[in-house]
Amino acid sequence: MTVPSRRSLFQMIGVVAGSAAMYHAMTELGYAEGSSFEGPIKLSQPPAGSTVVILGAGVAGMVAAMELRDAGYKVQLLEYNGRPGGRNWSLYGGDSYTEMGGATQHVQFDSGQYLNPGPWRLPYHHHGILHYARRLGVAMEPFIQVNYNAYVHSPDAYGGKPQRHREVQADFNGHVAELLSKCTKQNALDQAVNAQDREILMRALRDWGALDQNYEYKKNFGTSMRRGFDVDPGGGIKSVPVPSEPKALSDLLRSGLWSAIASGHNYEMQSTIFQPRGGMGMIGKAMGADLGPVIEYNCKVTDIRQDEGGVTVTYVDSRNGGGRRTARAGWCICTIPTPILSQIPMNVGPKLKAAIDQLPYLAALKVGLQFKRRFWEEDEQIYGGISYTSLPSTTISYPMWDYYSKGKGVVLGAYTFGRPAYLAASKSPQERIQDALRDGAQIHPQYPAEFENGVAVAWHRVPWAMGCQGAWTDEAREQHYNNLCSLDGRIVLASEHASRLPGWQEGSVTSALDAVARLHARVVQP
Amino acid sequence: MIRKFGLVLLLLTLPASAADTPDMRGSPFAMQGGEAVYRGVCQGCHMADAKGASGAAAYPALAANPRLAEAGYVLSMVMDGHKGMPPFRGHFTNGQVADVINFVRSHFGNRYRDKVTEAEVQALR
Repeated sequence: MTVPSRRSLFQMIGVVAGSAAMYHAMTELGYAEGSSFEGPIKLSQPPAGSTVVILGAGVAGMVAAMELRDAGYKVQLLEYNGRPGGRNWSLYGGDSYTEMGGATQHVQFDSGQYLNPGPWRLPYHHHGILHYARRLGVAMEPFIQVNYNAYVHSPDAYGGKPQRHREVQADFNGHVAELLSKCTKQNALDQAVNAQDREILMRALRDWGALDQNYEYKKNFGTSMRRGFDVDPGGGIKSVPVPSEPKALSDLLRSGLWSAIASGHNYEMQSTIFQPRGGMGMIGKAMGADLGPVIEYNCKVTDIRQDEGGVTVTYVDSRNGGGRRTARAGWCICTIPTPILSQIPMNVGPKLKAAIDQLPYLAALKVGLQFKRRFWEEDEQIYGGISYTSLPSTTISYPMWDYYSKGKGVVLGAYTFGRPAYLAASKSPQERIQDALRDGAQIHPQYPAEFENGVAVAWHRVPWAMGCQGAWTDEAREQHYNNLCSLDGRIVLASEHASRLPGWQEGSVTSALDAVARLHARVVQP
Repeated sequence: MIRKFGLVLLLLTLPASAADTPDMRGSPFAMQGGEAVYRGVCQGCHMADAKGASGAAAYPALAANPRLAEAGYVLSMVMDGHKGMPPFRGHFTNGQVADVINFVRSHFGNRYRDKVTEAEVQALR
């Protein structure tokens, strides 16, 4: 029998009904979807003299400012830092960063090197943030999520020796395919799979798992074409490949390493993913340049007060206190992180106040380590991508720029949430770097000899965020999310924390556009 | 005991996020005793001298803070959090919660004599 592939099915629909019908069919089957971004927002002309004050020049605040400015509003944007971007942030050599508690780090990276302490990935379906990046001319390059030659590692698996992602994935798939084929042959799946499908399933399992003609996953040329060879095929006389031995199923299961090969299956981490060339902070910089004098920097908001006629925001200089100043506008879009906003006096209703007060931000840690040479490339043929370890550092990622260059490179030496991140926040920056070096040396013994300098950002210590992203639970969302997003008089919140894409810049963009649209509707039709 | 990356099943019960690994919590906090818990976790925000820290907003001092007079208030903050303070009920055992509260309320210049018991922590679960 012939089974039409999905692709040929789409082609048939396309030929018969034209491409609009094909797009509709694809959408119904869930293939063409993306974020809730629906293209550039179109706002009607607001009444003359309409004004908005926006708090926070992160992605949400700057998207709101650009759109409202373009529609004809008079916009004033107050920002705590001396730079635009907020959590859209890259640290470069020459930068200084002072965390809460007072520790200052002077970044010593070489020119061209950087760490993104915050977001670092742009999935292809995050249409909103990519729209603004394109509009502002921010150059993009691929972000490598899955590198088959990177490592998965646990100190308790395979004697602590890091294993190649490629081998673990090929062997796990192969063994599972073999087991399933045995079940199928023994008729154990008869209730789930009818006779006709059984034949197709057997063929698919052989294909998927690289099984031999007896449906076994064994050392041979076919399995080595998945997991790699002991000696690769070559040219000339010394050309005979030597296949490699698959890992035994029981060892593989007990290693736990199977749990480290799935990140790239996640919708948000599937290819293609982008990163701005030169650091994530390039987007924030471009937005800040576009807004120019609309943004007032070094403003620490101390009070937000609304009345019948508008909103008054009181602020001081974030560097030295200084005298109190005020900004007055008809409306206010507030993107201040909730741990901070909860401490700023603001006259809003009890439901919004409760929603703000109950939303802490998550702990997270990122450590950047500069090495004298790109040993992961030169010694281990790892070009970009991520290694995962069950050690507290969790994520080790290699620079996805300047491959094959002779120079130095900055590795993301630790990226972790939860308890390891809490523990890291309690330590000094130097201790966090030492911890990342100690973990990483178990995977790359070159670490101690090649390390030059590093920087460590523990997000609960970031003075203008007090955490990395809104820590929503399902229960809290049920109770408070709509209240958090609702317009309260003349004030509305926007941020990733007012989105269902926590921690993603797309959440900031779509939240800002949604807030702008609702606020504008109120302005033009009171 | 094998240290795993976290069971994949946990994905179903944890909030979505920009994290790579399905289990964002990591291994349980192993430290024992109030001081070890404070040094390991609490001082991340309240600082080593318990004097807090400030930025765009502040982490409150636990030294010379009259709010610590009421143990029940401190207990509810540790368990459920509020205004930037995350809930720790899912991270600590009853013993760890009681120990760290009793440590903080009897150090950093604090001289409170009444103690929080594990049973009082359990009563909030």
